[in-house]
Amino acid sequence: MILVLVCVLALLAAGVAGAVRARVPEGRPIVYGASLGACAVAGLTGLASIGLAPSTLTLPLGLPWIGAHLRLDALSAFFVFVVNLGGAGASLYALGYARHESAPERVLPFYPVFLAALNLVVIADDAFSFLFAWELMSLASWALVVAHHRAAENVRAGYVYLIMAAVSGMALLLAFGLLAGPGGHYDFASMRAAVATPGIAALALVLVLIGTGAKAGLIPLHAWLPLAHPAAPSHVSALMSGVMTKVAVYAFVRIAFDLLGTPPWWAAVLVLAAGGVTAVLGVLYAVMEHDLKRLLANHTVENIGIIFIGLGLAMAFRANGVAAGAALALTAALFHVFNHAVFKSLLFFGAGAVLTATGERDMERLGGLIHRMPGTSFAFLIGCAAISALPPLNGFVSEWLTFQAMLLRPDLPQWGLKVMIPTDGALLALAAALAGACFVKAFGVTFLGRARTQAATAAQEVDRWSLAAMFGFAALCLLAGVLPGALVDLLAPAVRALVGQSMPAQLALPWLSLIPVAAARSSYNGLLIFGFIAASTWLTIMVVHRFASHALRRAPAWDCGFPDARPQTQYTASSFAQPLRRVFGGALFAARETVTVPPPGDIGPARIEKEIHDPIWERMYAPVGNAVWRASGTMNRLQFLTIRRYLAMVFVALVALLLALALWQ
Amino acid sequence: MIGALLVQLAQMALVLLAAPLLTGWVRRVKARLQRRRGPPLLQPYRELYRLIGKEAVIAENASWLFRTAPYLIFALTWVGASLVPTFATGLLFSWTGDLIAIIALLGAARFLLALAGMDIGTSFGGIGASREVMIASFAEPAMLMIVLTLALVAGSTQLSTIAEFMLASASLRVSLALALVAFLIVAIAENGRIPVDNPATHLELTMVHEAMVLEYSGRHLAMIELAASLKLVLSLSAIACIFVPIGLLRGSDGSGGYAIGLAAYAAKLAVAGALLGTFELAIAKMRVFRVPSLLGGALMLGLLATLLLYVARGM
Repeated sequence: MILVLVCVLALLAAGVAGAVRARVPEGRPIVYGASLGACAVAGLTGLASIGLAPSTLTLPLGLPWIGAHLRLDALSAFFVFVVNLGGAGASLYALGYARHESAPERVLPFYPVFLAALNLVVIADDAFSFLFAWELMSLASWALVVAHHRAAENVRAGYVYLIMAAVSGMALLLAFGLLAGPGGHYDFASMRAAVATPGIAALALVLVLIGTGAKAGLIPLHAWLPLAHPAAPSHVSALMSGVMTKVAVYAFVRIAFDLLGTPPWWAAVLVLAAGGVTAVLGVLYAVMEHDLKRLLANHTVENIGIIFIGLGLAMAFRANGVAAGAALALTAALFHVFNHAVFKSLLFFGAGAVLTATGERDMERLGGLIHRMPGTSFAFLIGCAAISALPPLNGFVSEWLTFQAMLLRPDLPQWGLKVMIPTDGALLALAAALAGACFVKAFGVTFLGRARTQAATAAQEVDRWSLAAMFGFAALCLLAGVLPGALVDLLAPAVRALVGQSMPAQLALPWLSLIPVAAARSSYNGLLIFGFIAASTWLTIMVVHRFASHALRRAPAWDCGFPDARPQTQYTASSFAQPLRRVFGGALFAARETVTVPPPGDIGPARIEKEIHDPIWERMYAPVGNAVWRASGTMNRLQFLTIRRYLAMVFVALVALLLALALWQ
Repeated sequence: MIGALLVQLAQMALVLLAAPLLTGWVRRVKARLQRRRGPPLLQPYRELYRLIGKEAVIAENASWLFRTAPYLIFALTWVGASLVPTFATGLLFSWTGDLIAIIALLGAARFLLALAGMDIGTSFGGIGASREVMIASFAEPAMLMIVLTLALVAGSTQLSTIAEFMLASASLRVSLALALVAFLIVAIAENGRIPVDNPATHLELTMVHEAMVLEYSGRHLAMIELAASLKLVLSLSAIACIFVPIGLLRGSDGSGGYAIGLAAYAAKLAVAGALLGTFELAIAKMRVFRVPSLLGGALMLGLLATLLLYVARGM
């Protein structure tokens, strides 16, 4: 506990150092080195404290009659571990990556503060400290999003982000107000002890879903995420996508599973619906996207959907008193929290490396990087395979556990759940398959094929720090996929504290298998699968090299007798996504293609133009934005009144409020 | 223990050896139905032998991914095929992965194949990869819905347990019928058979699988072809062990049933291959953009079957 707090203070100090030494060259290693050290210590402390009894600390800070309560229990400790794992990786990466930063004075002071705020959110134990840390996290990351403030799109991203952060903070503020009750008990211990009336609890739950969903990127509150995450420098993008969204998940778990008691079953339906829609729409947005970093950010939305499906299942089981099912589903969700933090950070590091090497984020202008950047492309490939839920990597395990949770108890009594759970199964399966398509596209267009531009031809492999961070996370992807039992056992104390039961201990099982319920029901052994794949690949190569011809000849690719050496004739990201755009996009995104072929005899080029509309932005955000704009235009007149009119208005308002109060009573 | 290990190894060898034979059998059936003599049954073995003896010609800008992918694709498919009960259930390592893991292993093979198709940077590779992932984005969820249906009926996602359940207490159920229809559609799509794709085509605009592997030759092509044959064996074995588990040797039984199990398995593959050949001749290939309607239908059937089971356990 104390150790985590010391690390937080060290990070804040690093922020100050960053502000002072930003313009000198040694400022960068000082800040990122200090962040790396602090995160490593805090992360290991979190890892070690998962199994320990909760420790609390009250500091005489914050509101005078509350103080600042801090608490490190199993759930917080797990999230401290995830946050600092991401933080340490990003800091290591930044030691090399940030060398190319054009405006270090706009990044260095805020980066450690952002990390400190992420840590503070997960150890806060009263509403005031929590919201303070939450807003600090939003503000620090906003400053990082607009670090490169001369690009108009970054400024717009920062603006949208600020509005959504305000919505999120507001919803959480109201939720805590409801939970604290008329007595104003803002520490979490009192909230936990208090029993809210069903109406209040329902309202609070909806507010929490809005507040945390807006931060995590639940559709339809996701609009800021694909704008803001890519705008920041890549190591910050990794933190925002990989870690900050997880902190939002933490906030949801903390409130919905811990502070609120046991929410009713319809809340589970709500969360399941939000999760399923988010998973599928998120990945569809990603498939349509051809900016590498925006694709990754859109894909974060999908993964948040998968996590919320797991959380919704856990809530459904919990509302029906099926503790084993709740434990399985919650473990699956938290497993995916870890997984996504690892592979999304890895992928953002890779995207950052590509950006450093070529100056491009647009996949249509890349290609062939596997020849120029072998290390980056290998690590990125591992990340792509992991996020596409391919065995033996880690993404598969958490999705497998989620499916197992769905299958556990088909006999829940409520009709809403009977319909919602299988539907979510289909949505999850669809999202998983589309994720594979999306990452074939991302890797294939960016790293494979021939270089499409001069920039891609001249790319150079990135520095060792960046490569070390990427390979470290790639190894974690494999390790968590091969030894999932270790992570499941690690999660057990946190799960037990929340739902009263945990999955059976896994590490003691023979052959390190993963058996969620019973061996006859389902089992998965990542270690053996990995071993089998490795052994049969090795065997095949041995046999083929023993008996087959060794001759290998390089020749031009088959061109159908129609030579055209230009790399522009390759399949592009847009053309790769065209079948999916046509199948899914027509109804959902009003995607249209217009082909103009010149008349015979005309030697002008034929043109194909695509058109995609974002239904959520156009139907939801744009009307609200326009209404606010119009309303503020109308109210602008109030700014230019005489003093008498202002006094009259104050008087009228006072009378009206007093009247309202009188009538209320 | 040693005996069990030998049985497991025998299963691995069996699927590997049976794969080219099944491909040859399907071709033979099709040829006979077209009143052609057709190639001999052992022709696929000869083709593989000839391919590994030839020099491999690879494109100038092929990367390491292009050269390693065939071996990995083959290995992933082989591991998947070894986990499916063919002549006996409850083999030594059958618990390492359930049906979901087998689907995911095939998914991993497809992921690599699509990437290999994009590695050279020609239009054909891209067109094949792009269509393949479009087909997979329907086939995989449909397959997972079938797994959910089976798991709800049998109470397990382990193929061995499902097969034993079907053997012991099979009963006619609406959901299983829906699952069977969906499974057949998915199997046809996954293996690139008519009407989804045509394994015999070399007309560029209609190719899916063949377009991705267009640049492969020699030993690499042999691996890819063998993996494709193995995948067909895997799909037919899975359908056979779930829906027609007759003759399957149960893990708890003695060793006396191996002959029956093997004979039943051979008979099932022969019948399934003949049916597949007949079906392929009876239907025309679909336009690429009609495939999603077919596979979307399979997905809906799977979802319907699962919903039925959630609503009424007996359906």
